[in-house]
Amino acid sequence: MKRVYVNEEWCLGCRLCEYWCVFSASGEKHFPFAFDGGAKPPAGIQVEERGSVHFAVNCRHCEDPLCLKGCISGALSRDGYGAIRVDKTKCVGCHTCIALCPYGCIVSGGDNMPIKKCQLCAGKDYTPQCVSHCPNNAIVFEEDEDL
Amino acid sequence: MIDYIQPDYEVVRNKDLCVKCKVCVRQCANQVHAYDEKRDALYVDNSKCVNCHRCVSLCPAHALKIVKTDHCFKPSANYTEDIIKDIYRQADSGGVLLSSMGTPKSYPVYWDKMLINASQVTNPSIDPLREPMEIKTFLGKKPEALEYLPDGSIKTEKYPNLELKVPIMFSAMSYGSISKNAHLCLARAARELGTFYNTGEGGLHEDLYEYGENTIVQVASGRFGVHPAYLRAGSAIEIKIGQGAKPGIGGHLPGSKIGEDVSRTRMIPMGSDAISPAPHHDIYSIEDLRQLVYSLKEATDYKKPVIVKIAAVHNVAAIASGIARSGADIIAIDGFRGGTGAAPTRIRDNVGIPVELALAAVDTRLREEGIRNNVGIVVGGSVRSSADVVKAVALGADAVYIATPALLALGCHLCRSCHSGRCNWGIATQIPELVNRLNPDIGARRLVNLVTAWAHEIMEMMGGMGINSIEALRGNRLMLRGIGLSQKELDILGIKHAGE
Ligand code: SF4
Ligand code: SF4
Ligand code: SF4
Ligand code: SF4
Repeated sequence: MKRVYVNEEWCLGCRLCEYWCVFSASGEKHFPFAFDGGAKPPAGIQVEERGSVHFAVNCRHCEDPLCLKGCISGALSRDGYGAIRVDKTKCVGCHTCIALCPYGCIVSGGDNMPIKKCQLCAGKDYTPQCVSHCPNNAIVFEEDEDL
Repeated sequence: MIDYIQPDYEVVRNKDLCVKCKVCVRQCANQVHAYDEKRDALYVDNSKCVNCHRCVSLCPAHALKIVKTDHCFKPSANYTEDIIKDIYRQADSGGVLLSSMGTPKSYPVYWDKMLINASQVTNPSIDPLREPMEIKTFLGKKPEALEYLPDGSIKTEKYPNLELKVPIMFSAMSYGSISKNAHLCLARAARELGTFYNTGEGGLHEDLYEYGENTIVQVASGRFGVHPAYLRAGSAIEIKIGQGAKPGIGGHLPGSKIGEDVSRTRMIPMGSDAISPAPHHDIYSIEDLRQLVYSLKEATDYKKPVIVKIAAVHNVAAIASGIARSGADIIAIDGFRGGTGAAPTRIRDNVGIPVELALAAVDTRLREEGIRNNVGIVVGGSVRSSADVVKAVALGADAVYIATPALLALGCHLCRSCHSGRCNWGIATQIPELVNRLNPDIGARRLVNLVTAWAHEIMEMMGGMGINSIEALRGNRLMLRGIGLSQKELDILGIKHAGE
């Protein structure tokens, strides 16, 4: 399946990907509206940074997803594109998935609130907004070996 | 001390749109934008803004714009704001004013005073999408006539020529003045386009030798980075006598841009200013030039054409005539509107002549003297579009050199602060974090796009004239008409006025 892969050599640490992710998930039509309610990244993608090295990490949509296995409420599922999706009406915010994800890709939405994770921009026809707005091709959406 | 100079630009942030993502803070290397944690507020220092649009282009909310300040002096058509500010600057520093890129002064642009012909009724135009159209160009000395051996093979000596799939090359920009990634973009694009880029006077980075077939290596008065392997690495060697933006003086690269890699490539100590002498101290005459041309040919087994690049100056036709007799294969003429990484402002803005006039004068002179075939002619120094290319070829050029348009394609916004070494677009800088902003995959593609688009447009215009080969356009000045030009200007350009 196609995933978001990082080319850390070219990552500038600008964090545009983080903001576009929040906008994408918000479903709003106008960029600033996504942040009206105080929404702040990270959501589906986060930039790790030390000194001059930066790279963006996000969900690997694993073949054998520990998060999905561990979810106590059945909120996580794999959709037809292979993306691991969260059903926010079912997620109870127990953070089991966060503890289980080996890549540290799931983000807390706050106590007892649904978690935040990459859904490959399912609501935007699977055009990852982080990738299309990265200024330096530091993340790409590509078919690659299965994890 | 009183600061006499007020900021030229103001950064305007639309608070309704700003989402406080701080991308602007992270991306402005001039540290114009800042964020105050306590107040959860962004603020700016306008005095540092160079108007490069990095923040504007990357702001995801389109919340930013840069405006020219309306803070003003009492208007004067003589003591303009620029003049007053330059005087303040020099009274502050006591130094020579430095500038980058081409002159912003409003000298006439002759490209814009020439119009191109098209066929109607009596001679058919050609549709380049349906019919063959040749824009391939060979650059170099051409034989006067062909002689054959009894077996039918060609006896005439063949001279080394550069084969260009498009009559457009990337002109000299040194490694040091621009980044390695910028060079890589140019090299890769030149390879894909079947044309050439030019190292400029800073030598050739070891990682770029693999692009040698599409490289012109330059030898300038400072001889930076020149050694036998370098000369052999390229497909042609260019002797730089002068540059359009600063005729009469040598290159100047501030020590701050000379880090480890640049120092190794240039073969000079780290952090030292790289100042090329104004003249080549071994060239005081055409005879001396001939010696250097032949030394370089000798060093490369007479396999590579030698280019001599000069700035367009008052006696350019006579100088070019000398060069055409010196054994050089190609003359490159650089007009005074050409760009630079750093030049004394007064020289950039006041020395030299427009390349259009220089080209016409040189082509005419070489034809009159019957030596036009001795050399190829390349012009640069503000060739801004495919129409400029067509006009240049019709005036007599074999090909053009472009640099500023290439940098624009790479993201340059002509903020003209290259000499600061902090180019926010990763082009005219050696700071690793900034250089990284230019991903050669993106840059090379954008360059290829630009030149491919121009090539299509050139073919469209040629087709319109009913011409299907660039050879038939070369020096075909009947295809041009002047508009709003004096008789003297028309005479120099060798064209008729519109309506004639
Ligand atoms: S948008 Fe691209 S360059 Fe910027 S932080 Fe994200 S991955 Fe890195
Ligand atoms: S693909 Fe979409 S959902 Fe996933 S990290 Fe990128 S922007 Fe967020
Ligand atoms: S980049 Fe734009 S949205 Fe982000 S903080 Fe700056 S002005 Fe605001
Ligand atoms: S210098 Fe460039 S990036 Fe910085 S504020 Fe000015 S326009 Fe924006």
